[in-house]
Amino acid sequence: MSDQTRAAAADGSRFEPVILGFTCNWCSYRAADLAGTARIGYPPNIRLVRLMCSGRLDPTFVLAAFARGADGVVVSGCWPGECHYQVQNLRMLGRFLLLRRTIARLGIEPARLQLVWASAAEGQRFAREIARITEEVRALGPLGWSAATDGAAGDLAGVLEAAAGAEAADGAAPALPAEPVDGADPASPAEPVEVAR
Amino acid sequence: MTRLLYYPGCSMSGTARGYASSLAAVAGPLGLDLHEVPDWNCCGASEYFSIGPLQGYALIARNLALAEREEGLDRTVVAPCSQCFVNLAKTARYLHTDPAFAGRVNDALAAGGLSCTPGAVDVRHLFEVIVHDVGMDTIRARVTHPLRGLRVAPYLGCLVTRPDSGERWREKEHPHAFDQMLEALGAEVVDYPPRTDCCGGHLSQISPSMGLEMLRRLLDAAARLDVDVIATLCPMCQMNVDLYQSEVNRRFRTRYHVPILFFTQLLGLAFGADAAALGIGSEVVSARAALAKIGVEVPEPEAPEPVAAGARPRKPRPGRGPELPMPRMPDPEEAEE
Amino acid sequence: MSAGQDGERIGVYVCHCGSNIAGKVDVAAVRDWAAERLGSHGVVLARDNKFMCSSTGQELIEQDIRELGLTRVVVAACSPHMHEKTFRAACARAGLNPYLCELVSIREQVSWVHSDQAAATAKAKAVVAGGVYRVAEHAPLEPIRVAINPTTLVVGGGIAGITTALELADAGFPVHLVEREPSIGGHMAQFDKTFPTLDCAACILTPKMNEVGTHPNITLHTWSEVTNVSGYVGSFQVTIRHRARYVNADLCTGCGICQEKCVERVVDEAYEAGLGYRKGIYMPFPQAIPKVPVLDREHCVYFEKGTCKACEKFCPTGAIDFTQEDDEVTVEVGNIVVATGFRLFDPRRVEPYGYGRLPNVFTSLEFERMSNAAGPTGGRIVLRDGVTEPRAVGIVHCVGSRDRNYNEYCSAICCMQSLKFAHLVREHTDADVYEFYIDIRAPGKAFDEFYQRVLEEGTVFVRGRVAEVTDALRFPDEAEHDGRLIVQVEDTLAGVQRRVPVDMVVLSAALEPPKDAYDVARRFGLSCSSEGWVIERHPKLDPVATMTEGIFAAGCALGPRDIPSSVANGAAASARILGRIYQGEMLLEPVRATVDEARCSGCKVCNDLCPYNAITFRADAGVSAVSPALCQGCGTCIAACPAGAMTGTGFSDDQVMAQIEGLLSASLAAPPAPVEVPTPEAVPA
Repeated sequence: MSDQTRAAAADGSRFEPVILGFTCNWCSYRAADLAGTARIGYPPNIRLVRLMCSGRLDPTFVLAAFARGADGVVVSGCWPGECHYQVQNLRMLGRFLLLRRTIARLGIEPARLQLVWASAAEGQRFAREIARITEEVRALGPLGWSAATDGAAGDLAGVLEAAAGAEAADGAAPALPAEPVDGADPASPAEPVEVAR
Repeated sequence: MTRLLYYPGCSMSGTARGYASSLAAVAGPLGLDLHEVPDWNCCGASEYFSIGPLQGYALIARNLALAEREEGLDRTVVAPCSQCFVNLAKTARYLHTDPAFAGRVNDALAAGGLSCTPGAVDVRHLFEVIVHDVGMDTIRARVTHPLRGLRVAPYLGCLVTRPDSGERWREKEHPHAFDQMLEALGAEVVDYPPRTDCCGGHLSQISPSMGLEMLRRLLDAAARLDVDVIATLCPMCQMNVDLYQSEVNRRFRTRYHVPILFFTQLLGLAFGADAAALGIGSEVVSARAALAKIGVEVPEPEAPEPVAAGARPRKPRPGRGPELPMPRMPDPEEAEE
Repeated sequence: MSAGQDGERIGVYVCHCGSNIAGKVDVAAVRDWAAERLGSHGVVLARDNKFMCSSTGQELIEQDIRELGLTRVVVAACSPHMHEKTFRAACARAGLNPYLCELVSIREQVSWVHSDQAAATAKAKAVVAGGVYRVAEHAPLEPIRVAINPTTLVVGGGIAGITTALELADAGFPVHLVEREPSIGGHMAQFDKTFPTLDCAACILTPKMNEVGTHPNITLHTWSEVTNVSGYVGSFQVTIRHRARYVNADLCTGCGICQEKCVERVVDEAYEAGLGYRKGIYMPFPQAIPKVPVLDREHCVYFEKGTCKACEKFCPTGAIDFTQEDDEVTVEVGNIVVATGFRLFDPRRVEPYGYGRLPNVFTSLEFERMSNAAGPTGGRIVLRDGVTEPRAVGIVHCVGSRDRNYNEYCSAICCMQSLKFAHLVREHTDADVYEFYIDIRAPGKAFDEFYQRVLEEGTVFVRGRVAEVTDALRFPDEAEHDGRLIVQVEDTLAGVQRRVPVDMVVLSAALEPPKDAYDVARRFGLSCSSEGWVIERHPKLDPVATMTEGIFAAGCALGPRDIPSSVANGAAASARILGRIYQGEMLLEPVRATVDEARCSGCKVCNDLCPYNAITFRADAGVSAVSPALCQGCGTCIAACPAGAMTGTGFSDDQVMAQIEGLLSASLAAPPAPVEVPTPEAVPA
C-alpha cells in the first residue's frame, strides 16, 4: 500500500495510515464482531489478523507488518485474568513490552505499536481504541519502512538481524537510556500499560 | 506535619472569617501545615462559566498553575470552601482527561507566562483531608473538652461527596464521616436526613421563593430533631443558613433559631480553644445559648457603632431632578404568588 | 512465501449478504479486482452471490470444486464465527478438505463499521488478498476425534441446575450435582408464590428436589464447591471439595433433634435473607435435600469454647462427628453445565433509599420470606417490629437496575415480582399499595393479564424513579405522618413531585452475578461480560453453549431471567449434552501445536509456557513433545520457540505471514481509481 496514501499526503490531503491489528479469536476478534453487529463505526485504516490467542503473537509478525508497509500495529487480547487460555495474554504482554523497546531502537516510534485489551462484550471499547490509535498513528505520519526494505526485495533478514542486535544490546545494558533515533523520542517514558479494568 | 498548599477562596476573609480563624487554631493540633497559594485569584464561583467557559476555566487553572510552581510541597491544593473545591477539582480533571481542552487553557495561560501540567496538582476539600488523612484517632486524641450534651446536625452540603471526581468517598449520598468526626468530639449527633441537600446556593438572592424554601427544609429538619447547632464545612451553606434564617422565619411565619457553626469551630472548642479566638460570636443566629449548655462562654457581640444623627445621608427625593420616573415593574417572584 | 507457485487453483466468492455488504462495499469491483489482480496468486475464478450461505451459494462452490477443480476456496462474507463451518462443510461435500477453505470477514469488520464506500471497498480488497495469500499456505487437516464421557457435572442446584440434572439422569446418564449451600433448591426455594400464576413455589419445586435426592443416576455434592477443572471436552477432571458438615450423612436420619437442642441462634443471611434466624446446626428449611443438617463451625459453642456438644448428646443415631474434615474428590466427566445463578444487589449502595438505615425498608428477597407461610413471620406482612401491619406499602422498581450508577441492564424479573408483591400485600392486609416504576415490562405468557389484574385490584401506579425514601418530614401538613416513611418521587405522567407517605418500602433489587463470578469463569475457562454474566456462544442461536467446548451454562448465570426461562435453559443444555453422549465422540478443530523434532534443540522454553501441561520434555530424545489431547491450540509456544521448531496447524507462521503480506500487498496501491480520501466516522466517545 501506501504509495497512494503517501501521494495523498504529499498533495496536502490527509495522510491515511495503514494499521494491522492482531486479535485473539475469543475476546478481541469477537469485540470487533460485536462492533460490527452493533454498527459502531471506526476508521477503515485497520486490517485484522485473527490468531487463536494473543499469546500466539510472534514478534516477527509485528516486524513483518512494519516491513511490509504498515504504519502502525495493534495487538489486542483478552483482559488480564480473562484469557481463554488462562494466562497466555500475559506472556504476550511481556513480549509486547520488550518489542516496544526494540522498535524504538530500530527508529520506530513506540506509539506505532499499541496494545488494546478488549473482552468479547466490548465492541464499543474496541471501536473507540481503534479510532484513537488511528489518529495517533496518523499524527506520526508515514513510517515508510516498506520503501526502506524494498531494496532487500522484501527480505526481512536484515531487519530482523538489526532487531535481534538491538534486543541483545537491550539485554546487555538495560539501565541505559536508548539513544535517540530519528524521530523517536526514547526519553519519554513508555505509556503505562493497563493491566486491570 | 503534612505540608499542603492552601487555597482559601474569597469567603475566608469575608463572611467566613470564623472558619479562617478556627482553621488557624486547629491546623497545628491536626498536624496540617497550610501554605497559601501565592497570588491566588477567585475561583469564579459558578457564574463565570455561563459568561465564557474558557475564561472561567482559565481563571481557575491559573490557580493550579500557580500551585504547580510551588516547590517542596506535595502538590495537593486544599480548599476549605465546597464551591472553590468543586471548581478547582473539576478544572483539574478536565485538564487531565481532555488534552484539547488543556491545550486551549494553556494557550490562555501563556499570556500570563503560566502553564498547567495536567495531573500535576491534586485538589482536595479540607474536610476530606481531615477525615481521610488526619483521621478520627488523631482527632479523638486531641479532644480535651468533649462537646458532651451538644446535639449537632452534620450538614455536608451538596458538593463535597458529589460528584466526587477523585473517587474519594465510599458513601456519597448519605455519608457518615461527619457523624464520626462529631462523635469523636463527644457531641451527640443526630441522623440528619438532608445532610447532602443543597442549601440553595445563590438562589437565596436570585430566586428567593425557591432558595428560602430550600433553607426552610434544612431548618425544619434540624428543628424537628431538636438540634442545638448545625455543623457545616462550607462558607456558602453557613452564610445561607445563618444570614437568611430571619428571612425564612418572616416568609414562612416560623420561629426557627438554629445556629450554624463551622466544623473547625467545633474542633477548636473540643480541643480547648477559646470561643472568641475561633470566631464564635460573630454569627447572626447566635450560638451563645446552645454553647452555654456545654459551658462554653461566647462573648457578647460588639454593638454596632451608632450612627450620628446628623451624619445620616439624605435620601434623594423623587421628582426634584429632571429624571422621569422608572416604570414600576411587579417583582416577578411576588407576581408568582 | 508467494502464493500460487504450487499450481493451486483458488476460487474467490464475494457475498452481498443482501445489502448488508453490498450496501457499503462495491462487491463487483472486489470480485473483478480479485480475478484480475490475484491471478498471479492462484486465483482462477471470482464470483459474487446475493447470499453465499444460501443453498444456491453453497452449491455454487461445490459445483466449481467439482467442475473446475478448485483446490482452495476463499469466501469473503461474514465473520468466521458465523459461517466458517457452513462453507467448510460445502467444500467437504464436494470432496475438498474443509480446512482448505478460508472465510474472511467483510461484513462485521468492513461494511458494518465503515461508512465510506471507497474506503470500505479498498479494505475489502485487502481482506480478500489476505485470505488468498493465506489459503495458499493451508494444508489438508483432519479433525481430532475425542470420546465423550457420558457423565456430566452440573454446578449449581437451583431450578436450572435441578432441571439439567434430572433431564440427563432420566435419560439414563450419571450426573454429579454440586451445590454450595447445605441444600439444593436455590432462590426458588425461598419464594412463596411464583408469578403470574401464583402457584406455590415449594409445591412445584419440592417434588423435583426429592427426585434429585433419590435419583440413582445423580450424585449430590451439597455444601461443596468445585475447586479445580482440567482436561477438555469429553474428558474433564473435576475436583470437588466437600466442606465438613460435622454430621455423618450415612447415620443421620434428618430427624431435626440436633437443631432443636442447639443453643446457638444466628441470623440466617442465606435462606431467610437476613429476616429470620437459624441454629448453629441446621437444615436451611424443612424440605431441604439432602435431609442432613450442617454444623456451622463459626457459630458453634463447642468450636468456640470447647464445650457444649448438645447436638451430639441428643442425636439418636450418633451421627454428629466433630472430627470431620473437608475432603476432596475428583470426578471424570464429559460435559459441564454452569448454573451458578445470581446474587441480589445490595440496596445499601443506593443510599437515598435508606436500606439498612430505615428499619421498614425491605429488599425483595426479605419480602419473599415475609410473605412465605413458612417464613419468619409465618406469612404475616408486618413492619420490622414484627407486629404492626402496614397501612400503606411502597414498592420501588429498578433498584440497582437500569441505572448507570449501578447496572445498566434490566433485571427482567422485577416488574412481575413487584406486581406479585402488590397482589400479596392486598391479599394479606388492608394496606394501600403504590408501585413506583419506570416502565412495566410484562412480556411473558399471561404476564400482562396479571398486570391488568393488579391494576384492577386498586394498586396505585406512579411512573417515576424514586428520588428518596426518608423518615424526615418536610412540610407542616406532613405532621400526621410522623414516624412513617415518605417516598419522594417525580410523577412523570402528572408532571409533579409527589411525597407519598407509606409504612413499608420494598425495594425490587437488581439481580447481579454471584460475587465470585469471575473466579468461577476463570476456573471453567469461560468468558464473562463486564458485569460478570457468562457469555453465551451466540446470544440468539446458541444461548446455552459457551465459548469453551463441552461447557454449557443455564439459568441466571447467563443473566437475569425468570423460572420458565431457567428451566428451558437447563433442559436445552441437557439436550445438547445428550446429543453428544449419544454420538459417543466429538470432532474438534485440529488447531494444535506440533514439534519438528529435527529442529528442536531441547531448550525447554516452551515447556513452562503451556497452562495445560501439554508439552513434556522427552529426555531420551532430548526434544519437547506436545500431547494433542491436552493442547488447546493457543500457539504461545509457537511464538516463543527460538528455533522455529514449533508449528501450529491452522495458524502456522507461514499462514499468518502470508496473510500479513496479503493484507499489505503492494498490488493494492496501484489504481483502479484514485480513491477519495476516506473520512473515518466519528466514534462516540
